[in-house]
Amino acid sequence: MTKTNKSADPATISAHDHARQLDVATAWERHETMLPLCAFGDLGLCCTICYMGPCRIDPFSKEDLRGACGADRNTISARNFTRAVSAGTAAHSDHARGVCHTLLDTAKGKAPGYQVSDPVKLGKLATELGIKTENLSQVDLAAKVGHFLTDEFGKQDGTLAFLKRAPKVQQERWERAGVTPRAIDREVVECLHRTHEGVDSDYRSLILSAARCALADGWGGSMIATELQDVLFGSPRPVRSKVNLGVLKADCVNVVVHGHEPVLSEMLARAAREVEILDYAKSKGAAGIILAGICCTANEILMRQGMPVAGNFLQQELAVTTGAVDSMVVDVQCVMPGLAGVAKHFHTKLITTSNKARIAGVDHVPFEERHALETARRILRSAADNFCRRDPARVDIPPQSMDLVAGFTAENTFHHLGGTYRGSYRPLNDGIMAGRLRGVVGVVGCNTVRVQHDYNHLAIVKELLKHDVLVVETGCAAIACAKAGMLTPEAALEFAGKGLQEICAAVGIPPVLHMGSCVDNSRILIACCEMVREGGIGDDLSQLPVAAVAAEAMSEKAVAIGLYAVASGITTFFNPAPRVLGSPEVFNYLTAGLEKDFGAHWVFDSDPHKIAQGVIEHLDAKRAALKLHPMLYPVEMSRTA
Amino acid sequence: MRNSRKVYARPDLCTGCRSCEIACAVEHSASKELLSALFESPPPRYRMDVQAVNGVKLPVNCRHCTEPDCLFACKSGAISKDLKTGEVQINLAKCVGCWMCVMVCPFGAVSPDMDRAKATKCDLCTGSASGPACVQSCPTKALIYGNADEFNAWRQP
Repeated sequence: MTKTNKSADPATISAHDHARQLDVATAWERHETMLPLCAFGDLGLCCTICYMGPCRIDPFSKEDLRGACGADRNTISARNFTRAVSAGTAAHSDHARGVCHTLLDTAKGKAPGYQVSDPVKLGKLATELGIKTENLSQVDLAAKVGHFLTDEFGKQDGTLAFLKRAPKVQQERWERAGVTPRAIDREVVECLHRTHEGVDSDYRSLILSAARCALADGWGGSMIATELQDVLFGSPRPVRSKVNLGVLKADCVNVVVHGHEPVLSEMLARAAREVEILDYAKSKGAAGIILAGICCTANEILMRQGMPVAGNFLQQELAVTTGAVDSMVVDVQCVMPGLAGVAKHFHTKLITTSNKARIAGVDHVPFEERHALETARRILRSAADNFCRRDPARVDIPPQSMDLVAGFTAENTFHHLGGTYRGSYRPLNDGIMAGRLRGVVGVVGCNTVRVQHDYNHLAIVKELLKHDVLVVETGCAAIACAKAGMLTPEAALEFAGKGLQEICAAVGIPPVLHMGSCVDNSRILIACCEMVREGGIGDDLSQLPVAAVAAEAMSEKAVAIGLYAVASGITTFFNPAPRVLGSPEVFNYLTAGLEKDFGAHWVFDSDPHKIAQGVIEHLDAKRAALKLHPMLYPVEMSRTA
Repeated sequence: MRNSRKVYARPDLCTGCRSCEIACAVEHSASKELLSALFESPPPRYRMDVQAVNGVKLPVNCRHCTEPDCLFACKSGAISKDLKTGEVQINLAKCVGCWMCVMVCPFGAVSPDMDRAKATKCDLCTGSASGPACVQSCPTKALIYGNADEFNAWRQP
């Protein structure tokens, strides 16, 4: 059997080889049965919106081809794109709604086990939202903030509250372009209406409505999720932990949580530390309980609880194929239905917990806030029971695990940069203005079988660090870099340029900051606002020497994030491109036309080295426009292939 | 001649998705890669198309006839038939774009490429190691590259 080259991560390669030896098909094998991919679909030229079709446009035809209703390639691809953005926004925002409800239930005393863990942040939020805090108990305050933010989803007047966090100039830009989001649900609904058969067919108007919807994600749903998760579970602080499949232990009960919401996994983390539960596991012959995460649930409990991370998106099935996972508890988003088939080959008990996300034939333990802790204990006990059924002959845990530091937020980075008593973004802005730092780049997003797993993330981040770029990360990209050891302060010496090294050494931060899950991309928006507020590097986000990169994008959520970054003035490098390449007009509008309204655009490129080069050129152009100092230290131009 | 290989199709398996057309155009582009081919000028052309009559869908391409009408109609001697392999090919250097072959083909399998002023038709992807691109691309395996006996064996239930 030949070695797989499907991943840049040795643990993934060895786990995948093990899966193939056992003849267990994973996403990579299933993807091969899908090849060649349908070109009409891939290019965004397949329209399934009405039932006269499906219609598709020949991308090579020079004729003005139209679908049955008269929609041309521009309308079709723009409608498909807009629908992807609405679905992505819906996913983040429905997650946020769940967190709002948990806060409200907590305030009403209907969610024993939950509490307001960060009262300071709650107070700050209340003040920001114009809620009077005096003479209010913490519970009442939580209820008021919870109600206010729940109303953001369905309110009929006004615009989203958190938009005021953006610099004034930015808000005026949105006003001018007519993309100021009104209410979160409304923007999703309006996009679905516009893309219905026979409504909006102008690709520019469709994409601007998609931008408004995406902004309702970044400055609405995602931001609310982040803020209220901090209130409920505590704002993250830098923590050390471990990452990769090697965190699973052969002699322990291994429970993997996977998905996106921390609401249940926080309770699992708490229950896993209880003496009775540990004793129960020991009574079954285990040395202890390992609770590890996959995807953004992992990031959430890593950031707040320091729990280890088993891997990122493409490793979800490989965690099961190690044969050592006694229970995998999944909630919503990025949970492959294929897990059910893989789990059948092993003793692993797969459990769905969200009523929104069930898998046929898989045990469902409905999760409700009022029984949360009890449900968590029940899940852990059943995992311990299942430990006894493990077949040691089928266990093969890759040895790799890596140290990491995570837990950075827009607020605590503040303290790191300036010290606890004079927290300030000044050192960051000064570093950029003096030419020690070229800029700040968010490297975010998923894994996809269409790209060698983790390769793009690593190649791009290494190149950026060498060029004195401070990297902030979330999601599966952060896990990819963590596995390669780039989330430890020591890594600064190995990968970073001289200027970046100086900053990291002076402040004591890793050169790659793990800022959390994919809803936590909102933290990056806030950090950018703070940089503008600190002054000296621009009046709105589009003037900052910053960029975003999602080089292994997979989900509709990634498209929504990409678009809200662009609509917030952050030029975004994205691969594989969203399904718009079949329309040159839409392609040009996204990669150039949006610049007029937002001061930022998309860049679609599949070569990670070209992406890194493009990012560096983009930062240099922004620096030149701001008339900043030239970079302090030259980069040894030893570009690795 | 019974041993000559060509692309056969099974209408019972064809869903009419037209993936074969796209694959054909990409294979006959300068870059041979979908995303780059999109930006080529003049655009690449496919040499086959999926036709539908009374609900029956069928990819139609050159039958590489035993007695090719196109060959006899060609006034410039651009069309030839290889008696060993059975392939009928157009020598583009000799084609003058008179479209006689287009008019006489009983299958409508030859089409005029106005951008290049040359007649085009299925060339069986000669030169491609993996065989005809349409066969590779078909998601329902409705196309086969083989001889008449292979086709008959394949279409038996």
